[in-house]
Amino acid sequence: MNVPTILGICAAGLIGLGLFSLIVEPQPLRKILAFNVLGNGVFLFFGVVARRGAAVGLFGDPIPQALVITGIVVGFSATALAVALLLRLFDETGSTSSRDDAQKESKSERADS
Amino acid sequence: MIPPGAVSSQASDASGIVLVAALVLPLVGILLSFLVAGRYTRGMALILLAVGLAVAAGIADGVWRTGHALTYTSGGWLPPLGVKLRADGLSAVMIAVTAIIMFAVGLYAPSEFRVRQDKAETRRSFSFWILLFAIWVAMNAVFLGNDLFNLYVALELVTFAAVPLVSISGTAGTLKAALRYLLFALIGSVLYLLGTALLYGNYGTLDISLLSERIRPGLAVWLSVSVMTAGLAAKTALFPFHLWLPPAHSGAPPAASALLSSLVVKGSFFITVRIWFDVMTGLTDFGATQILGAMGAGAIVVGGVMALRQTRLKLLIAYSTVAQLGYLFLMFPLAAGAVVSSGVTLALSAGMFQAVSHAFAKAAMFMAAGLVADAVGHDRIAELRGIGYQLPVTAFAFGIAALSLIGVPPTGGFFTKWLLLSASVSTGQWWWIVVVLAGGLLAGGYMFRVISPGLAAAETPLVFRSPVSRNREIIVLVLAIFALLMGMIPGTPLELLQVGRVHLTRAALP
Amino acid sequence: MTIGVGFSVALGLLILAVAVFTIGTRDSFAAVVAFVVYGLLLSLGWMNLYCPDVALTEAAVGGGVTGALLLNACARVRSEKTSDFKKSPRWIGRGMAGLLCLALSSGLVAVVILLPNPAPTLAPEATRSLSATGLGNPVTAVLMAYRALDTMLEKVVLLLALVGVWSLASDRFWGGRATFGHLPEPDRPLIFLTRVLAPVGIIAGIYLFWVGADAPGGAFAGGAILSAIWILVFFAGLSVVPAVGSLGLRIVLSIGIIFFLAAGVAGISMAAGFLAYPEGFAKPIIVVIEVAMTLSIGATLGLLVAGPPGQSLKP
Repeated sequence: MNVPTILGICAAGLIGLGLFSLIVEPQPLRKILAFNVLGNGVFLFFGVVARRGAAVGLFGDPIPQALVITGIVVGFSATALAVALLLRLFDETGSTSSRDDAQKESKSERADS
Repeated sequence: MIPPGAVSSQASDASGIVLVAALVLPLVGILLSFLVAGRYTRGMALILLAVGLAVAAGIADGVWRTGHALTYTSGGWLPPLGVKLRADGLSAVMIAVTAIIMFAVGLYAPSEFRVRQDKAETRRSFSFWILLFAIWVAMNAVFLGNDLFNLYVALELVTFAAVPLVSISGTAGTLKAALRYLLFALIGSVLYLLGTALLYGNYGTLDISLLSERIRPGLAVWLSVSVMTAGLAAKTALFPFHLWLPPAHSGAPPAASALLSSLVVKGSFFITVRIWFDVMTGLTDFGATQILGAMGAGAIVVGGVMALRQTRLKLLIAYSTVAQLGYLFLMFPLAAGAVVSSGVTLALSAGMFQAVSHAFAKAAMFMAAGLVADAVGHDRIAELRGIGYQLPVTAFAFGIAALSLIGVPPTGGFFTKWLLLSASVSTGQWWWIVVVLAGGLLAGGYMFRVISPGLAAAETPLVFRSPVSRNREIIVLVLAIFALLMGMIPGTPLELLQVGRVHLTRAALP
Repeated sequence: MTIGVGFSVALGLLILAVAVFTIGTRDSFAAVVAFVVYGLLLSLGWMNLYCPDVALTEAAVGGGVTGALLLNACARVRSEKTSDFKKSPRWIGRGMAGLLCLALSSGLVAVVILLPNPAPTLAPEATRSLSATGLGNPVTAVLMAYRALDTMLEKVVLLLALVGVWSLASDRFWGGRATFGHLPEPDRPLIFLTRVLAPVGIIAGIYLFWVGADAPGGAFAGGAILSAIWILVFFAGLSVVPAVGSLGLRIVLSIGIIFFLAAGVAGISMAAGFLAYPEGFAKPIIVVIEVAMTLSIGATLGLLVAGPPGQSLKP
């Protein structure tokens, strides 16, 4: 039982939790949160692999670390795009639901110029 | 590890530089469209797309003449430390198809995406061309990538290029479709990334060639491939993950729908092929591939039945995409069940041929539907009686594309089905024969639902809101003819597909 | 059980607990706040794994900028009623999903325990080639040299996300400024905090990018901090969001890709090939590219939070 293994088990739990929420949650904002939880779990898994790759005086394998940094930035871009879509949908319809008939509280649609 | 400044002969072919061109060209297009283009965007885009055709021809020529895959090592750092680009027969064919369809879409793109002489750029003119180039660079990156993480970045590029195209018109319906598409795509990406983490943790590399040498059966590999395939299936809208596709592809403008259905969904499929055929050489599990085939069969049947029920043309075409994507996944069980390597070749060719001929046919079909919708103002099938006589060129193109989807000789679609049936017979998996034939029948059914009113005699001709440009009709016709050509001269593409295939150049595996 | 292991167990349990809260709570605002906490705890986890570059990037991007983005979004959709949504899947649906995820997690735990010993690693190759790049930080070497293609494509992904966000504007606002969605009038403590924090933040961001060549840091962490300061400045009303149509802004946003691409193409004639560096000049070229990247990343991340243009330039 060493540090990487413990955090690896934590990562496995985060992945399961995130995926579950991503599948069952109806609200898109919460799905986006779940996607981030899941994504960070996957990154943490990479981190476990990095730590276990410590050798030749380095504390960790640098490749997975670089992959995670790339992944964090890409994940943030995805979140930003999803949030922008969500907010635009909210402005148009008063609801973020992607169901076609859930318009109970909607404002009237503004026509685009 | 080679010292910098020296290029080992096995690191890159001299002709490998054309692989770099395939990536750099669209990037230049993105930067120019973003920064300066304005009024000249379309002209600049067409020039770059035309050069892209030459680059694609160069890649295909290089692969064909040398008889092996072209490679290029980025930065001179050899894998596993660095990243390699590799173009084998599969890549060359798909890059060529992409270049042709992108050029056609660039020519076809309607005036709403152009900047008028006196006006400033608009949101649509800005977004469309950048996203067009983005899809181009993303697809090329998918086809050229030989590193699983590089392919992850390429997958994200594809998604970010495709999603805004769905919502470009800004209506609530398209926004919902785009959000749903994005969420599905993100699940797919993150599951794919998880798979790569598992593989790196066990084998210390993500290079496809190196992984194929090091990989051994085990829990990690099994879990990794399952998770990656599930993610990629979600991105390819394989049944039962297909729900996001019809609203997204039908809501996008026709030029975008053409790209989405013909190219974008093929990207994640291509990576699935890479994983199953190139990473997991010799390891494919028969049972697992049967599951994939079953999902494909489900797509063919469910997609076909749903298409039959549609009253709107674009939705019908979108459901047809769901069905046609199912054929792609039949290649997996057919390859796994093959006893000799020629059986694997047969299955692989069948799948790739389907990808190519469907790409041409579907692009032509969506573009034709776009012309009709622009002319008449709607796409309700029941109210399109007699359209065939008013737009004969478009109708003819649509007809050829439909024949290809149904699988009537001598189209590419027929050749695909012939390959699939041959593979089913030779591997003794007769149940896929039933599926292929049923799919053909269903396709015949839903295409008849469109063509029959189109060619019916109408009492009064339909009123056109705006004239249909003859040039755009011809572009659609050319694409449809490509679908036809695939069936009439299949020999050369078939041989090209086989170049650089790993299982042909290695000794038989246990 | 040593202190180190004990700390990891406690941290792991805490991370899981906060994640469960983020997912389980019905209040969206609480969920977002918990998510920010989750991000910061993860940074601790990264330090526990001896990955300081990642810890910095996670804290800046995952905790900081993502937090701003999600809090802003949450505030805007506050008025939404949960009755608009279809109910969560029935118990059988949730049960099946739960079983699937449980199976996945268990499989992953097994994989973690069964990871090979000795672990396959590229650390030896990375250190051996480090001298050729002139850098001291192997992670930066991976990002800017060994796997430079990934990094360049990732910059394109960033730019593309911004184009996607911008494309969501109404046609009439095109060319205008992003608005973060009608921010409230900033109060005086916020303005004061920004005035104090901004210079410190800018120096911190520049410093982080600069030392990234030889020590933990780099363009991404530095750029993220710069973007956070920029967002703060917008919130405090101390600066106006640049217009989408502004050429200067577009140059700043794309300069990272431009420099990277230029260096890459130049490498074809002056070095081993595309994205290769001439011998002896690797580090200076990398640093110049990183300057451009830091600017682009800082601007792009900030504008991603700002959203599509919501205010026209015309009066």
